[in-house]
Amino acid sequence: MLKDEDRIFKNLYGQGDWGLEGARKRGSWDDTKSILNRGRDGIVNEVKASGLRGRGGAGFPTGVKWSFMPKAIGDRPHYLVVNADESEPGTCKDREIMRHDPHLLVEGCLIAGRAMDCASGYIYVRGEFIRERERLQAAIDQAYDAKLIGKNNIHGYDFDLYVHHGAGAYICGEEMALLESLEGKKGQPRLKPPFPANMGLYGCPTTVNNVESIAVVPDIMRRGAGWFGGIGRPNNTGTKLFCISGHVERPCTVEDAMGVPLRELIETHCGGVRGGWDNLLAVIPGGSSMPLIPAGATGCDDLLMDFDGCQKHKSALGTAAVIVMDKSTDIIRAMARISYFYKHESCGQCTPCREGMGWMWRVLTRMAEGRAQKKEIDMLFDVTKQIEGHTICAFGDGAAWPVQGLLRHFRPEIERRIDEYTHRAEAAAVRVAAE
Amino acid sequence: MTKIVIDGKEIDVPPEFTLLQAVEAAGGEIPRFCFHERLSIAGNCRMCLVELKGSPKPVASCAWGVRDCRPGPNGEPPVVNTKTPLVRKAREGVMEFLLINHPLDCPICDQGGECDLQDQAMAYGVDSSRYADNKRAVEDKYIGPLVKTIMNRCIHCTRCIRFSAEVAGVPELGAIGRGEDMEITTYLEQAMSSELQGNVVDLCPVGALTSKPYAFAARPWELSKTESIDVMDALGSSIRVDARGREVMRILPRVNDDVNEEWISDKTRHVVDGLRTQRLDQPYIREGGRLRPASWSETFSAVAAKVSHTAPDRIGAIAGDLCAVEEMFALKQLMALLGSPNLDARQDSAAIDPSAGRAGYLFNGTIAGIERADALLIVGANPRREGSVLNARIRKRWRAGKFPVALIGERVDLTYSYDYLGAGPETLAELAAGRGAFAETLKKAERPMVIVGAAALTRADGAAVLSLAAKAAVELGAVKDGWNGFSVLHTAASRVGALDIGFVPGQGGLHAAHMANSGALEVLFLLGADEVDAPAGAFVVYIGTHGDHGAHRADVILPGAAYTEKSGIYVNTEGRVQIANRASFPPGEAREDWAILRALSETLGKKLPYDSLGALRRVLFAAHPHLQRIDQVTPGDAADIRALAGKGGTPDKAPFRQAFDDFYLTNPIARSSAVMAECSALAEGRTMSAAE
Repeated sequence: MLKDEDRIFKNLYGQGDWGLEGARKRGSWDDTKSILNRGRDGIVNEVKASGLRGRGGAGFPTGVKWSFMPKAIGDRPHYLVVNADESEPGTCKDREIMRHDPHLLVEGCLIAGRAMDCASGYIYVRGEFIRERERLQAAIDQAYDAKLIGKNNIHGYDFDLYVHHGAGAYICGEEMALLESLEGKKGQPRLKPPFPANMGLYGCPTTVNNVESIAVVPDIMRRGAGWFGGIGRPNNTGTKLFCISGHVERPCTVEDAMGVPLRELIETHCGGVRGGWDNLLAVIPGGSSMPLIPAGATGCDDLLMDFDGCQKHKSALGTAAVIVMDKSTDIIRAMARISYFYKHESCGQCTPCREGMGWMWRVLTRMAEGRAQKKEIDMLFDVTKQIEGHTICAFGDGAAWPVQGLLRHFRPEIERRIDEYTHRAEAAAVRVAAE
Repeated sequence: MTKIVIDGKEIDVPPEFTLLQAVEAAGGEIPRFCFHERLSIAGNCRMCLVELKGSPKPVASCAWGVRDCRPGPNGEPPVVNTKTPLVRKAREGVMEFLLINHPLDCPICDQGGECDLQDQAMAYGVDSSRYADNKRAVEDKYIGPLVKTIMNRCIHCTRCIRFSAEVAGVPELGAIGRGEDMEITTYLEQAMSSELQGNVVDLCPVGALTSKPYAFAARPWELSKTESIDVMDALGSSIRVDARGREVMRILPRVNDDVNEEWISDKTRHVVDGLRTQRLDQPYIREGGRLRPASWSETFSAVAAKVSHTAPDRIGAIAGDLCAVEEMFALKQLMALLGSPNLDARQDSAAIDPSAGRAGYLFNGTIAGIERADALLIVGANPRREGSVLNARIRKRWRAGKFPVALIGERVDLTYSYDYLGAGPETLAELAAGRGAFAETLKKAERPMVIVGAAALTRADGAAVLSLAAKAAVELGAVKDGWNGFSVLHTAASRVGALDIGFVPGQGGLHAAHMANSGALEVLFLLGADEVDAPAGAFVVYIGTHGDHGAHRADVILPGAAYTEKSGIYVNTEGRVQIANRASFPPGEAREDWAILRALSETLGKKLPYDSLGALRRVLFAAHPHLQRIDQVTPGDAADIRALAGKGGTPDKAPFRQAFDDFYLTNPIARSSAVMAECSALAEGRTMSAAE
């Protein structure tokens, strides 16, 4: 379990002052100038050494991503874009940062901006986050007033920070769609390559980072890469905000070390699974777009909550939004509902996703009732494979994976339900005939 | 050049190539729906997926550049496979997805037989559907009188959206909704206003957008296809005329990078029904104020009787805007044999003197040359209406960036931004004198272009305006070694050909405007000339195709052949000699115009020395050798422009006007077309509501 002094998000629950004074007391904005003075390479190398991996879902090493930016400013300015379009079902970590410790993010933006020679940064806040946006804007205004950021600030590095409000579309959390949306266009992912580090916002070099990835940077710089890298396991370092929802006694968002065992995470912070650990059916470890992991000795029992740990179980850490489902869950209906979400949020740009989402949802809806044929199980798996990897962005993968997870682990349940439905139909038929 | 291995074959391609281009260079073929050479890359249909060694997923070959491929660990060239099971499975998957919500109503679909989805389903489709649920139903949209929508069939390739936003420059189409509810529409179901909208029908790879006037009219395999040239404007766009039996069913563009790329205007495409209605299909003679059907010999005798009693200088001839060179040449020779100097092909009285040199009236910069130009001045023209396809070319150049455009004339929406300099010749004079910021821009440019509209030359002071424009072009550096940017944009398809063969008044001859004066002439031949008023009292012989203005006034009507019904040479505004071919036959007793003139000449006792079109052309080519060079431009001499610039003259102060008010009704064929009338009414309504 994470020691209290190792916590980065000290005001995660909003007990303290969210504002500049409170943030200063918690250590923010403390001699930021000396951090900035370490220069581009100093900051990037420190972040690289810390082993910080992107907290938005894909887990790409943040420092490496930063190093992709052009080494010198050419005729195009560099942009830092922070992805605060936190829409992944089950995920509620970025909003806590913006609500209760926004200065972590603001300071992180300044440092990250310095690390990539960005003169300005944009924070794209999810449409539904009204209060979070207000709080974040207030924090930025405080920082401007205190001359912490902006032109001629006390740190000697000019950096402007803007908050942009999205209109509430899940797909705008995809980095390329986010850039399109930020430019005022319809939020549809662009093709890669070119990658944003080369052609991003308005065609300029851009790096898009998750809120949490940016918010932990000031602490990494202050306490050192060794400290951050010392938490967790190699290649899975640092602390992480876990959002545990679903069938636990006390759902919560909590900061813990990477690689914490799932059972420890749930039992320490959430009061355990509803009805006890044995009542667990499955968890989705990283937000709705990751495959579920079933309970049991080969599943949740030895699951370590980090990138490699989840991968071992053919899933992924994603945003570390743990959705816990106990044995009362109708797992097929649950996955059908997730499929409905993806059908609803697909941007409709590319064929496999546009047409495949509705197909998966319709078949799953029938399967939830049992109104399907067993051969459709294999067909459905084939459909998910036809979507996966064939789309412009990762949305298609994210929608196909949970269905694959269901088919992989709960095939008997689907078959049982189909049988049940068929038997009912037969019984009904007999009754009618007997009249 | 970069080395790349495609299906085991190593080839050298330029690094800026996409994988799709590289595969095609290697002789392979890649299926595609959303990709189109002349539109931006969307990469959304996912049909063109290929396997790239080292990439975990198949990549969209239309969007993936050769330079984006990473070499192997030891610097081996990147390896692309297009025929592996992985690729095939991916494409079959995409095809299946496209088909699950496609209605499969091919038997009643107008796209049937020329449908990309049909063709590719033959290669990548499976025989039965695994999709057991209901198909998506999408409401059809009204997007105008030319494009019919059956939105169930849409595969969301967004070609139409990209076309209207990028090429047409009128972003009226868009996609609303998300995911499987995404729909293509004009937002409020308004009619599209672009004059290039018909092209979305060609672009649509399925039957979602089809031609409304052509709906359920014919199947592609029952049409005979004739490659020809359009005459609706002076660009001479390359077209393909599809006919069934005697009837022209539709007109489609052909690819011609020198002229129209692969677009045509709506007038070019949808004038088809005008070829069927109001046709003159037999000779007529006016008796007692009424026209009565007559035989060819009767009409010829009537003309001969009149001509034989008329002094040669009381006979005149005016050629219309749609005439081929051959018939004008025959008429010119006939007039010479009759001894009359009164002939003119400039119905609109454009002040162009062909004796001053060819460069003075050609679009010297050439249409393809617009893409090499780096600054543009438009004088008294609305290229969007007077040469819609050419306007698309200007827009294409403008989109490429660093292309300042300025306009002198009526302030109109050209689909690209421009500096508005002023309305009339005064502004042009200022510019020619080197004053103003744009004069500097033009001077600094390496290849500036000056487009002079036909309408600017039809004014009373047209000659002075032309000279002034030439002066501006010369002074501002548009005419220099290796570049001639002085470009006259004509509106009549016959114009440059007529000027080339000298179909203008001879020594002491009357101009078109003078011929129209009452009492000037006793006999007037109108060769498809419908935009002039024949003088009162004159005996009018109308040789033409439609019961339009000229025929109403005629004393004798000799029915001729429309441009799809004869083989004829046309010279476009650049001076490009092109040949139109016969796709069908003239209706009833109508004949080819040159043959009518040849037969008439015999009755008149002035027999023209040729019995076939070939013989006519031999005489024509002997007199004007450059007309032999089909599809080529014989450039004008830049010295002519300098001479023209020196002529001077005082233009008056009246502002420039557009060549015509109604884009859709500029010639007798278009005026006979119900489709054009509908478009015209719609456009008029639009301007009215805009003015309110």
